[in-house]
Amino acid sequence: MTATPIGESMMPSKPGIIARWRGLLEREDVLGSLFVVPALLNLLAFIAYPFFFGLWLSLTDARIGVPGSFVGLRNFTDLATDSIFQQTVANTFTYTGVAVVFKFSFGMIIALILNRDFPLQRLVRAAVLLPWIVPTVLSTIAWRWMFDSTFSVFNWMLAHVGIQGPIWLGDNHWPMISLIMVNIWRGMPFFGISFLAGMQTISLDYYEAAQIDGASFWQQFRFITLPLLRPVIMVVLLLSTILTFADFQLIWVLTRGGPANSTHMFATLAYQVGLASAQIGRGASISLFMFPILSVIVFLTIWSLRQGD
Amino acid sequence: MTHYKRFTRRLQLGFGVATILVVTLFPFYWMIVTSFKPNQELYSVEANPLFVVSPVWDHFVYLFTKTLFVDWMRNSAIVAVVATLFSLFAATLAGYALARLRFPGANVLGWAIFVTYLIPPTLLFLPLTQLIFQIHMGNSLIGLIFVYPTFLIPFSTWLLIGYFRSIPIDLEECAMIDGATRMRAFLSVTLPLALPGLLSVGIFSFTLSWNEFLYALAFISDPTIKTIPIGVTSELVRGDVFFWGELMAGALLGSIPVAVIYSFFVDYFVAGLTAGAVKG
Repeated sequence: MTATPIGESMMPSKPGIIARWRGLLEREDVLGSLFVVPALLNLLAFIAYPFFFGLWLSLTDARIGVPGSFVGLRNFTDLATDSIFQQTVANTFTYTGVAVVFKFSFGMIIALILNRDFPLQRLVRAAVLLPWIVPTVLSTIAWRWMFDSTFSVFNWMLAHVGIQGPIWLGDNHWPMISLIMVNIWRGMPFFGISFLAGMQTISLDYYEAAQIDGASFWQQFRFITLPLLRPVIMVVLLLSTILTFADFQLIWVLTRGGPANSTHMFATLAYQVGLASAQIGRGASISLFMFPILSVIVFLTIWSLRQGD
Repeated sequence: MTHYKRFTRRLQLGFGVATILVVTLFPFYWMIVTSFKPNQELYSVEANPLFVVSPVWDHFVYLFTKTLFVDWMRNSAIVAVVATLFSLFAATLAGYALARLRFPGANVLGWAIFVTYLIPPTLLFLPLTQLIFQIHMGNSLIGLIFVYPTFLIPFSTWLLIGYFRSIPIDLEECAMIDGATRMRAFLSVTLPLALPGLLSVGIFSFTLSWNEFLYALAFISDPTIKTIPIGVTSELVRGDVFFWGELMAGALLGSIPVAVIYSFFVDYFVAGLTAGAVKG
């Protein structure tokens, strides 16, 4: 579309510098390119450049304050045989897999319950989203206190029904279970409220028709709700999988990857190696390991979204 | 019979809602109770931990007089407000351009922004930290203000593209036929109509900046310029000793601003949720 700059014809005939600028700004390509400059500059400087800088770092033995020299793929090959790193890979997949499945299931149950009519509905919905809205580290520190080895409120409750509680952040598999529990607690409101928002866009006519045909609750859920919710489900799963996979805060506050490096994820190990131990080259290669895996997740989700259309 | 059935269904629903509320709210209840407990109740094995017998303000007083909590609060506010304003500015322009204007590279840029939206901060934080210190922005709020837009701009732009597309283009065309320049049509016709969208994007951005942890942890070591999340979790723990009363008081006060803002704008949040959600 080329809008005729009518406004300009009323201006003095001498095309001064201001008028020429105005003329340029009437052109879509000029204005469009100009408008994206601030966003583009920020993303080029602090996303694109660090990405390539990170690729370079991962190929060096750089330490903080020491430029380091090119070592080829040695960081990656070293990691592949490192037992802590192998444990980290297994941890990240377990953490993501288990947490996402539970967040999905609980989120769906929450949405189904909140989709019914009951008093104070708005208030309850607002309350349900709270774990997702407040700063993660601050709510996680409350969990850490609830998991305290001496004063755990959970163990106090368990003791009242005659069960000796575990040392949550210390015994066997309990640290991992604790991390997953807190992650589920934080993430399920997001699933629940998103699913609920999706459910409310589904026309009630479908359900009425199904009820006339004698469909049960499960049939209605399986053949109406689930298929129509599919786009929302895919987006929520995509975002949650990525962010659970790349989680840092929750693990850092609860266990710092301990005890004895048994609960590290990619992000916490990268922090520990890259900043705490100053081996920034090695650290960069740890976080870059996430890249191909995340790419596959994104690709699969987009692909299956397309299949649905 | 139907009366009985309706009653049991109500009971089930009530039970379900109550369970959801207890699970989601218990940690906050625990935070509040702990922050008001005197230390002898806090560290007593006999006392019932679920209630506070003689509440005290000690932990809050300690927080305000013996720690840098006020500075952390101020730092968080400065960073969140400035980063949000800058991102809104950049994302509004970019979102409008990508939604309305045809210019070379627009398609590629749209895709690039979507992909950037999916990149978690933990992927690039190490080279980014190195970069920030090289350009002498380490250990300062400026560094955070420049870096927070990297996760705010992509999702803001993405949301605003959708918002601008939902505003009829006819309105702008009419204005331009009436002699308005393209710039004026944008500023006085489309922009005011996009205000609700800008508001919800702004609230989201503020919340995300307020909650950010990793960059602040990596960039800042000086206690006076820490933000709330890192101040509370690092300065209230000495060695292996956790000051639980102060920690819970700090966590409570640090959560209140976002909780209040959010309670005023719940509907905006829910509307933008699936489109703009960034943690889960």
